[in-house]
Amino acid sequence: MRRGIQRQKDGTYRVELPEEERDVLASLPEQLREALEAGEPTLYRLFPPAHADDDAVNEDYARLVGPGLVDGKLQALAELERTARATRLDEEELGAWLGALESLRLVLGTQLDVQDESYRAFDATDPDAPRLALYHWLSWLQEEVVQALSETVDRRGAVD
Amino acid sequence: MSQVVEAPVEVPQRATDDEPVEDRPWIVIVWNDPINLMSYVTLVLQQLFGYSRSKATRLMLQVHNEGKAVVSSGTREKAELDVSRLHAHGLWATMRQD
Repeated sequence: MRRGIQRQKDGTYRVELPEEERDVLASLPEQLREALEAGEPTLYRLFPPAHADDDAVNEDYARLVGPGLVDGKLQALAELERTARATRLDEEELGAWLGALESLRLVLGTQLDVQDESYRAFDATDPDAPRLALYHWLSWLQEEVVQALSETVDRRGAVD
Repeated sequence: MSQVVEAPVEVPQRATDDEPVEDRPWIVIVWNDPINLMSYVTLVLQQLFGYSRSKATRLMLQVHNEGKAVVSSGTREKAELDVSRLHAHGLWATMRQD
């Protein structure tokens, strides 16, 4: 069986990952929740301003929309935690994986100061090497999720 | 879009000022960022706006190559909703009046 995520004929998704990778996956939501509760500065990337040049309006926006954004991200993290060892996911569950992986990559990528896709090829002597390896692994897994869900979206057709 | 002319007709105005400010549409802009996967941006545009794969890919490439792209427009309320949905999906989006 191919390693990764594959859409099945019945519209569910098969998840083929080794146990040790699932252990990592299951442990990440709690780490990000702790960062969210601590209000770490690198989290700014999860909550961008809505207006490029109006601080007052942005404060209103953050007050109105911020709590809902946090809730959505926490829900996705909880769902990833709950299903990290599942071999079969439905579309909603895989959607939660997509959202949780997105938050994890945004925060980790910001902490690592990722500048572009080719930034910092893997170097085992780099003090950030373990976290860079994790970042690249999360990128691979998110790409797997994207490809599987894209197949579903393409089958459904578009309105334009 | 319907147009309500409130200014006196004899006052000359530039074409772009013809519409009252509140009637000009709001546009939603997605900005390039170094973390989001290109395939992910395409998928989110398909999922949120119902765009075809080719239209979503075109907009994603515009974001990637030119640094930004207008992905939707409409009333202020619609733009606010679209921006918040894009933020919920991790994209760097802002809105402004056109």
